Amino acid sequence: MDAHIQVKDLNVYYGKQQALKNINIEIPKNQITVIMGPSGCGKTTLLKTFNRFLELNDGTRLTGEVLVDGQNIYDRDVDVTEVRKVVGLLAQRPSPLPMSIYDNVVYGMNIHRMKKDRREYKAAVRHYLEIAGLWEEVQKRLHDPATSLSIGQQQRLCLARGLAVEPEIILGDEPTSALDPISSQNIESRLLDLKQQYTTVIVTHTLRQAKRLADYVIYMYLGEVIEAGPAKEVFNHPLHERTKAYLEGQI
Amino acid sequence: MGLMKKKWERRHLVEAFMKIIMQVSLFIVTGALGLILWIVIVRGLPSLSWDMVTKIPEGGYYMGKGGGILNAILGSLYLASGGTFLAMVFSVPIALYLKTYLGDSKWGHYVRLSLDVLWGIPSIVYGAFGFTLMIALGIRASLLAGIIILALIELPIMTRAMDEIIRRMPVDLEHAALALGSTKFEVAMRVVTRQMLPGITTAILLGFGRGIGDAASVLFTAGYTDRIPTSLMRPTASLPLAVFFQLGSPYPEVQQRGYAAALILTIIVLAVSLGSRWLSARLNKYTIK
Repeated sequence: MDAHIQVKDLNVYYGKQQALKNINIEIPKNQITVIMGPSGCGKTTLLKTFNRFLELNDGTRLTGEVLVDGQNIYDRDVDVTEVRKVVGLLAQRPSPLPMSIYDNVVYGMNIHRMKKDRREYKAAVRHYLEIAGLWEEVQKRLHDPATSLSIGQQQRLCLARGLAVEPEIILGDEPTSALDPISSQNIESRLLDLKQQYTTVIVTHTLRQAKRLADYVIYMYLGEVIEAGPAKEVFNHPLHERTKAYLEGQI
Repeated sequence: MGLMKKKWERRHLVEAFMKIIMQVSLFIVTGALGLILWIVIVRGLPSLSWDMVTKIPEGGYYMGKGGGILNAILGSLYLASGGTFLAMVFSVPIALYLKTYLGDSKWGHYVRLSLDVLWGIPSIVYGAFGFTLMIALGIRASLLAGIIILALIELPIMTRAMDEIIRRMPVDLEHAALALGSTKFEVAMRVVTRQMLPGITTAILLGFGRGIGDAASVLFTAGYTDRIPTSLMRPTASLPLAVFFQLGSPYPEVQQRGYAAALILTIIVLAVSLGSRWLSARLNKYTIK
């Protein structure tokens, strides 16, 4: 397996409570990996270790390594803003920035100084809005506030905004849980379209979504990885009793 | 369909009664505002002349002779702008410190409580306090002393208003910007300020409005003079006191000029509050609710 993210001996503590226990997994490049498990099992915590978002909460402690392209992102000489440029995040609820639709997409490119002039920015905004499937709907009102969009549109805007900084990895923290069914489907099909070019890691609590999206599955329970493997194998022939129970809807 | 007919039960009567009470309250309050404006306009407008706003009092002004109250207009603008600026210099860092470091802790609670107490202290007490301080330090009534006292009065208002606004900053917004690889400084400058700017503007203008209308505190600290202040150490006139002194005069012409001064003050305050409405509506366009 061509691993894009490798997790080695990862332990995470919230205060005295241990949230992740001795995690060792690999996440394949340019596929969709779905992390699933009952609530409170540490799915989101694990996801947040991949873009160093865990350190935003006080009192979290982490041991072990998370390697992206072989580089431990917790090394002292690693720039956290570079980590987050490479590892993008699609949050649970869309959270547009307090600016226009256009400026939302430009924001990331601007802080990383990725484009030279207005023309390049304009072209890039169009490009990423097209990828996110939003261009048609917003091309005539690019300078309207981002909040004027529906929740589903906002989430696609957030996708465009995240892709605009040219990440290699997309993290999705239950990215459709706040959306209506049609918007959810829209986001899902975007993610499927994009998986050739991006390594995608999605946390979800809906098994059906996991089955629709996953190439690779990680099943977690009480802070531990119980089982990880290609989606077909895990869904059809789970090795572990707990995984089986979860898939059958017993947990 | 007899079941759905209107029955005048007790609860319906209570509903109707309460609605009337609310309407009466609304009428009294808006009526009072209308009456204030009406009186100030009717009494002040006749003597509101170009001279009033472009000249300082000439000899015999307080007995009905020529001149104007430019000294008080400029004095008030200097006092309120200076006080607002000084209050802003302190309230922005205090508000940020409250948010960033104290948060909802015990100390944060104490600081907010003391600011609220300060907010409630009558301005004459501030004036007396300033006066005592000036005597102790051997300073005479001056523009500077007036500015300092007004800054003290405005400080709790501005700080608490900003604090409330900053506390409403959605944490998701910071995270969204951080997730794109922003530094914390970029988050502060490009996202937090954009989100907060309308609120901070409102807070500052709220302070200004309080400062420019305050008479009691500047009475002791800034004094009163017919001249336009040329330095911070000179005493200065102010519009509220111009109203006060002129209305106290036995001469009807002078009394009427008192109303004209009140009209000018009202116009300034109205302009500031309408201006702040307009400004924050404009700045508000993109904020996340």
